[in-house]
Amino acid sequence: MGFAMKRGGVVELTGAEIFVQCLKDEGVEYLFGYPGGAVLHIYDALYKQDQIQHILVRHEQGATHAADGYARSTGKPGVVLVTSGPGATNAVTGIATAYMDSVPLVVFTGQVMTHLIGDDAFQEVDAVGITRPCVKHNFLVKDVRELAVTIRRAFHVATTGRPGPVVVDIPKDITAQKTDYVFPADPTLRSYKPVTQWDPQGIRKAAEILLEAKRPMVYTGGGVILGNGADELTALVRWLGAPCTNTLMGLGAFPASDPLFVGMLGMHGTYEANMAMHECDVLLAIGARFDDRVTGDLDKFCPHARIIHVDIDPASIQKNVAVELAIIGDARGVMRDVLSALQASQRRLDKDALARWWRQIDAWRARDCLRYDRDNVDVIKPQYVLETLHRLTHGDAFITSDVGQHQMWTAQFYRFDKPRRWINSGGLGTMGFGLPAAIGVQLAHPQDTVVCVTGEASIQMCIQELSTCRQYDLPIKIVNLNNRYMGMVRQWQEFFYQSRYSHSYMEALPDFVKLAESYGHAGLRVDRPGDVEPALREALAQRDRLMFLDFITDQTENVYPMIAAGAGHHEMHLSSDRELA
Amino acid sequence: MRHIISILLENEAGALSRVAGLFSARGYNIESLTVAPTEDPTLSRMTLVTSGSEGVVDQIRKQLNKLIDVVKLVDLTEGQRIEREMLLIKVRADNGGERDEIKRLADIFRGRIIDVTESAYTIELTGDGGKLDAFIAVIHPRRILEVVRSGVIGIARGEETACRLSA
Repeated sequence: MGFAMKRGGVVELTGAEIFVQCLKDEGVEYLFGYPGGAVLHIYDALYKQDQIQHILVRHEQGATHAADGYARSTGKPGVVLVTSGPGATNAVTGIATAYMDSVPLVVFTGQVMTHLIGDDAFQEVDAVGITRPCVKHNFLVKDVRELAVTIRRAFHVATTGRPGPVVVDIPKDITAQKTDYVFPADPTLRSYKPVTQWDPQGIRKAAEILLEAKRPMVYTGGGVILGNGADELTALVRWLGAPCTNTLMGLGAFPASDPLFVGMLGMHGTYEANMAMHECDVLLAIGARFDDRVTGDLDKFCPHARIIHVDIDPASIQKNVAVELAIIGDARGVMRDVLSALQASQRRLDKDALARWWRQIDAWRARDCLRYDRDNVDVIKPQYVLETLHRLTHGDAFITSDVGQHQMWTAQFYRFDKPRRWINSGGLGTMGFGLPAAIGVQLAHPQDTVVCVTGEASIQMCIQELSTCRQYDLPIKIVNLNNRYMGMVRQWQEFFYQSRYSHSYMEALPDFVKLAESYGHAGLRVDRPGDVEPALREALAQRDRLMFLDFITDQTENVYPMIAAGAGHHEMHLSSDRELA
Repeated sequence: MRHIISILLENEAGALSRVAGLFSARGYNIESLTVAPTEDPTLSRMTLVTSGSEGVVDQIRKQLNKLIDVVKLVDLTEGQRIEREMLLIKVRADNGGERDEIKRLADIFRGRIIDVTESAYTIELTGDGGKLDAFIAVIHPRRILEVVRSGVIGIARGEETACRLSA
């Protein structure tokens, strides 16, 4: 852009030009958005540059999920631009999804002209009010001179401390007004001071408690991934020789192929992980928030354990579970310091006790809780599809998912060895997340295999983004586990509502192969177990086009193991024909 | 237990609704809430009275501190403090005996009659909540026309400035 230079290198820009310049200064590569009246000045400024690539989605929910997938897979903030009114409200589901999983997003919403705010103007909503409960913070820009510093602060708040989405609402007239642009050097706010240091006393105490453990256990969540602490976690767990479990959000932080890994914990966690939680005497919890799907009945949670809780958010500490020691700090730094303290100590863990603990864990493991009818030649078992996918991609693909049974099976059977490879909506449980999220992941990792594991119910919630995939030639592989049911709803109705399948059956399903083809993609329907591997091989070999694999799977398969809501970790169902553990 | 929490808040549109929204979204009790600008026009002082178990109040403090608009927060319940609340009460006083008695009661409580008509007095009274309750209790309910209470404000005793930005 050719700007009129004024004294001292200061240039006068319109609000729209400032917006674009700020994004460039923040290093933004992709802007996920959808135009509309209130953001037309900004879209005009975007037209005049080619540094930031705008990705045109088909629905604003898709924009937020795509930005979210980009953010989760890279660690960089995802950036969204939508118009006022319905543009903003359509974005809310994606904002809430990012909020629940602490994903850094900066979402710009257009707003009606300043003088019209509050008049029920065309396409006016109180975007700041509507998004308030599901953002880390939000801003309404009322003066063009505040625009640059507000954008800078939005990125600062979104990406520091416990990350989260930040909304910036910009009235249309602000984007037309002119002011001098200077890059705001200081993004800090006097009222926002994310934790950068932690109590060395806590580190020493943590090491002491860990060294006294006879049955230690390490439980980690999304915080380790968000905080880029996978290497530090791996080093710490290996030094301790302790079993490690990850939450749904934490998978990939510790390599699933390591024998110290006991699988995911919680409602659909492994028998060995949940039993080890129940029996451990010291629990080190890092970047995890003791969510109800993880703890089950709080009165029965970890009854024998002294608990150490490491989290960057003070409000996570003592929220659900009382702990002996809390360390408020960055997961990566705290783990590094705890490991140093352990190494520096004269003491070591009780080797014999640890060996006894592992004999116990191995006995639980021998129950083979994830066993299923692998050799079935008549009907495709969903678990078999995921095991095969894992084998063919060497566990190295980026996997997004939607929400339900397929999500749990992916978490159980696609054994993640690396962080940021498993992209799913854990906290909010947003159906429709998987496909748009895969768009953001594939854009960020053009050379890598990106697979969206979904179901026939979830995929239809954001199916329109197949059109976006075509526009940007994104070779995403869609693995649709099609059981003609909202599987997880059906499973709960079978267990808890005497098989009254109220509105969980999907009638009038589209022909997904033709649907994919009509969007310009390739599709394949697979209904025999013997065809699963060839179909996956064919899809993975397609490097330059999207392939939609519609797997017709067993309608009645359930996700096991399962702890019913409100039960304890030791009260698991292993399968329909295996008793309570 | 009852807690009185003093907050310095950015004096910005929407800051109050962030606090109010937090209480409704998380189901916390809120007994009273007062807000006014401070000597620094960019800051507001909010005094909030809430109650709950220690665990709940701990969460309330943490969640409030997490709000970006909260600059500083102090739980005044943790130290020596002075609490005050203002009451404006309109009572019927339409015969000589009644008028004398209400005047006397107001004097006893160190209240002031700030508006007088032929049939009513309006009395201003400050004190802690218990004192205001006691005053209302000694007035016959039939005489009470309207009661307006400000909600509690509080400050730490002594030289301590519990909640100053520079502190």
